[in-house]
Amino acid sequence: MAETIKLMQGNEACTMGALAAGLQFYAGYPITPSTEIAEMCSEELPKGGGKFIQMEDEIGSIAACIGASLTGKKSMTATSGPGFSLMQECIGYASLCEIPVVIVNCQRMGPSTGMPTSPAQGDVMQARWGTHGDHSVIVLAPGNVKECFELTFKAFELSEKYRVPTFVLTDEVIGHMREKVVMPDPKSYKMPQRAQPSTPAGYKPFEADPDGGVPLMAPFGKGYRWHCTGLFHDETGGPTGKPAKADALLRRLDRKITKNIDEFTDYFAEGLEGCDVAVVSFGSSAMAALSAVRRARKEGKRVGMLRLKTLWPFPDAAVRKLTASAKKIIVPEMNLGQVALEVERVVHGSAEVVKLGKVNGELFHPDEVYAALKEAF
Amino acid sequence: MAEFLDYFRKERLPHIWCPGCGHGTVTGALVRAIDRLGLDKNNIVLVSGIGCSSRAVGYLDFDTLHTAHGRALAFATGIKHASPNLKVIVMTGDGDCTAIGGNHFIHAARRNIDITTIVMNNSIYGMTSGQYSPTTPHGMLATTAPYGNVEYDFDVCGLAKAAGASYVARATSYHVTLLIDLIEKALQNKGFSVVEALTQCPTYFGRKNKLGGAVETLNWIKDRTVNVKAAAALSPDKLEGKLLIGELYSGQRPEYTASYGEMTAKVQRTYNDYKGGNRGCELNSD
Ligand SMILES: Cc1ncc(C[n+]2csc(CCOP(=O)(O)OP(=O)(O)O)c2C)c(N)n1
Repeated sequence: MAETIKLMQGNEACTMGALAAGLQFYAGYPITPSTEIAEMCSEELPKGGGKFIQMEDEIGSIAACIGASLTGKKSMTATSGPGFSLMQECIGYASLCEIPVVIVNCQRMGPSTGMPTSPAQGDVMQARWGTHGDHSVIVLAPGNVKECFELTFKAFELSEKYRVPTFVLTDEVIGHMREKVVMPDPKSYKMPQRAQPSTPAGYKPFEADPDGGVPLMAPFGKGYRWHCTGLFHDETGGPTGKPAKADALLRRLDRKITKNIDEFTDYFAEGLEGCDVAVVSFGSSAMAALSAVRRARKEGKRVGMLRLKTLWPFPDAAVRKLTASAKKIIVPEMNLGQVALEVERVVHGSAEVVKLGKVNGELFHPDEVYAALKEAF
Repeated sequence: MAEFLDYFRKERLPHIWCPGCGHGTVTGALVRAIDRLGLDKNNIVLVSGIGCSSRAVGYLDFDTLHTAHGRALAFATGIKHASPNLKVIVMTGDGDCTAIGGNHFIHAARRNIDITTIVMNNSIYGMTSGQYSPTTPHGMLATTAPYGNVEYDFDVCGLAKAAGASYVARATSYHVTLLIDLIEKALQNKGFSVVEALTQCPTYFGRKNKLGGAVETLNWIKDRTVNVKAAAALSPDKLEGKLLIGELYSGQRPEYTASYGEMTAKVQRTYNDYKGGNRGCELNSD
């Protein structure tokens, strides 16, 4: 089989990306605008011997995914705002216990029930800081349907490799939009693989290089008989209240992600070389932004576009580079300035950051970004 | 029996429970039932939530999962569904199981998923030091019921049966032989099994209600119960306010993972050359 070209929806592409990465378990609870992912998984998974279950709520969904992952199965759930809020406690569990799990959050307008069928990008900070306590997660943001496939696949790679909850942050428009997707030949996939120990003898489930190492994960039911707890634990998995052990654990969990940022940070860039004004955006906002940027460039304006595909850990280096020439950075996003806050932190006053927030449940029109560009020049 | 302590992670002992706590007795009963059945240690996963009772799994030498408050059954559902060959046992408290985890409890029962659940019911939130729980009897004292509990308690077994559990039984930390027998039967049932173990919390429940120490609290529990076989011969006034112990329900219903397996087998016969999904439409070339 060679590569195939298909017309599909973003949610469909997320599902296909997950299946391509070897998805074996899906637990979820219906919520607009993510529901198609659950529907497709319920249909596709049994065909390949995988498992689907519709749980009683989103807390149960993420919990079931973590349970399945502990038996060695690649697991995913998909949800939207209210459901993502409900998952937060168990996201912290997966982060502390280093259990791979992928969550697609197809964003809708919030807070609360909000505007269930309208796109938004208001969960950027929640995706990073939604659960209590410092913790590690990775967040990827597809900017089109093709990237829904690619980044969901990649989410499995990263989640399995670093043993960390990994989120694919889409939105109602990306999730429901239909576009052409070129799907690679399945033979060319390098299946995401979780590193496993080779023998139970002397196995310590949380033993790893203190400078950001990832411990080997034994599946349950294979004779390792290890203990997994959401209490702070030492290398043996047993709960500990020792300050030095607690400190070492939290710092290792942070380091295992931050030290590898360069390996997985990804973005799309156009015209950034020597630009006077830069636009930083992501997801469906970036579609309108790019079209405005190209229009301004045709008119001879020195403006460039940076579209983030990795949202967390935040790609500091890529954003910092903008200040080499840009005096102004415009950040169109469907919230009141969440990514803009990070951009401000990174550029630290060396460029003016213009927050172009939109919170009415509608997509950006290219004219709106174009108007902001005009004003900037 | 194999050496009793062989089922424990000796290096994790002593346990955190108070002197006179009944949770150890229930844990011991589970271990003895597992031993009697000769179950393979490597094939058992013990799952718990949060609470004094939920700490039990950390002391036991199996694959053990100490999850989040109320969520043990949801994690366990994922484990059992993903890997149906594993023997999945949940140890949970009355608050963990029927308050914060109540939704997962009734839905696990409704699915009749093959999980054995031991509810360690001490009628109080022990770990957070004595607030009333859904199983604190009406009128009893707790730190958040200083004038006596205004609410009425759940019948955990009645709830489990009504929701669809296929094996339901109750015993106490006083009636240990009965408790072991019932857990043994529950472990053999292919479906959702609930064994409610009434157990004493002398520190918070006994002391607050001026019942006395551990022995008196245990006796208070004993006096609240009547064996289901003896109950048949008793007049209704003798049974007033009593909890029945023994096997309360045993019935056959389709088990969730088995039904899912049958559905999967059917689907796979239709899609016997499945290559990871074939979604989307062909693009028009013109
Ligand atoms: C989400 C959440 N809410 C509250 C708590 C605090 N908490 C810990 S244990 C517990 C009650 C435990 O009671 P029970 O399940 O009856 O077990 P016991 O300690 O009595 O054995 C509570 C309320 C928590 N850990 N997590």
